[in-house]
Amino acid sequence: MSEPAIACTNLVYAFGSTKAVDGIEFDVEPGSVYGLLGPNGAGKTTAIRAITTLLPVPPGMVTVFGHDVAKRRMEVRRLLGYVPQQLSADSGLTGRENIAMFARLFDVPRRQRDERVTAALDSVGLLDAADRLAKTYSGGMVRRLELAQALVSSPRLLILDEPTIGLDPIARASVWQRIGEVRDATGMTVFVTTHYMDEADQFCDRISLMHRGTIRATGSPQELKASLPAGAGTLEDVFRHYTGDNLDEPTSGEFRNVRATRSTAARVR
Amino acid sequence: MSVPRAPQPPVSADALPTEAASASAAPAAPAAPDPLVTSPAPSLAPAIAPPPPPRTGWRVLPARIGALCIVELQKIRHDRSEIYTRAVQPVLWLAVFGETFTRIRAIPTGNVPYLDYLAPGIIAQSAMFIAIFYGIMIIWERDAGVLTKLLVTPTPRAALITGKAFASGTKALIQAIVVLIFAAILGVGMTANPLKILGVAVLVVLGSAFFSCLSMSIAGIVLTRDRLMGIGQAITMPLFFSSNALYPTSVMPGWLQPISRINPLSYEVDGLRGLLIGTAEHLPLDFAVLVVASVLSIWAASALLPRLAK
Repeated sequence: MSEPAIACTNLVYAFGSTKAVDGIEFDVEPGSVYGLLGPNGAGKTTAIRAITTLLPVPPGMVTVFGHDVAKRRMEVRRLLGYVPQQLSADSGLTGRENIAMFARLFDVPRRQRDERVTAALDSVGLLDAADRLAKTYSGGMVRRLELAQALVSSPRLLILDEPTIGLDPIARASVWQRIGEVRDATGMTVFVTTHYMDEADQFCDRISLMHRGTIRATGSPQELKASLPAGAGTLEDVFRHYTGDNLDEPTSGEFRNVRATRSTAARVR
Repeated sequence: MSVPRAPQPPVSADALPTEAASASAAPAAPAAPDPLVTSPAPSLAPAIAPPPPPRTGWRVLPARIGALCIVELQKIRHDRSEIYTRAVQPVLWLAVFGETFTRIRAIPTGNVPYLDYLAPGIIAQSAMFIAIFYGIMIIWERDAGVLTKLLVTPTPRAALITGKAFASGTKALIQAIVVLIFAAILGVGMTANPLKILGVAVLVVLGSAFFSCLSMSIAGIVLTRDRLMGIGQAITMPLFFSSNALYPTSVMPGWLQPISRINPLSYEVDGLRGLLIGTAEHLPLDFAVLVVASVLSIWAASALLPRLAK
């Protein structure tokens, strides 16, 4: 395998005395779609925050295309397209302006800006709505707008935190379809968290099952399912097998996180 | 932020072009339009285009400030109501407080009418009132995920804060123009010298930069909107009343005068007053204090910003 898109080596991060992430290790192969699966509060978002340079992790724990996130923050950020869990498009700007802002922040030259912004809008099917304020968009449209914001800088690594949370099945399929198209066209690496097992099964090349801050199993969906003693099952069975827990069990998600998740879900509905 | 639902038909998966068609779509030759899709078939040009060449060194800061100021102007263009609602207070201060105190001549302002004396103070005050709520805005942006996303762009923390500071300056300048026009209508005699007006603009931006960064620093300490709201309320009025915006420092009680002298608002008002209506000023000192205060507050807010992202 060439230099991994993401390499986590014994990543540990604690908020106070709570270890949100407790020694996770994985490598993401460039060009793959890698899924981090687990219930709310498993530590997925903390892992993403560490990878996206938002948390002060010590050197040596996380690298992105060989750059240590603790030491080479700017280089890492230039390679990233990031869509957070919340609906984060600026509602007071139009779709086009939202994307142009990110084009400027990633130093897209002025000559190319209009063209790139238009192409980004086009690639997520928002050209017709481009000049409407984002606050008039539906939840699925905002998600696609955010995808375009992340794509306008041609990132090598696209990081999506629960991209389909709260979306209806059709919008979910549409978001995944866009992600797949972009990956196929560019060879970009996609790192995604989700708690929808069916999505991970269908769209991810490789999956790590995360629970209570640790990774319990890693493999392709087929490998994971085949590893079950009773033979083939669903990914949910796999999850239950490796964690001994049910997915819908009340979890240790922080109040603020759960509230944010719920309000995101309420808005996209 | 609430995102109302728009009458938008859901995008159905089978209405999208096939993966193969899109994958082969070169930027110059997009895939053939699918009859089921209202917009032209997606072209993946932005993703195929190579990553933009990075700006480096000194050019990063002005570029980021520019980008964030443009965003501020675009927002104001879409929703002008804030300009109007924010104009109410300064207009009342001038029309009611100013006119009344001009009449009773209670405040010794030399040979300058009180209304003229007051106008620069109100410009500074209204700019400060805008800036002091930038901390709440940045917490709101944190909660909405906007800040997180900005922090993952190749933007140094200091550039992000400076950008926000200048964006608040942009807003304050628009506010200052509104107040200036209203003051002119009320007959305040002000300078028409373009250089002095430029100086006024610089002072207003510096003052806003300081107060917005002060607010963002506090945001980085208290971390929640509710606490910041309380602190914002608690400090704006003391900052205003302990400055020379409404009355000269010389008429203040002895204990208040030293406070007024360490209040950057006093220096902003002093400079504005000197430039606009020609009272005695200390321009080099005023500019120096505001530049130093702005730089320090930008530094403090940048250092505290990562706390908001945790």
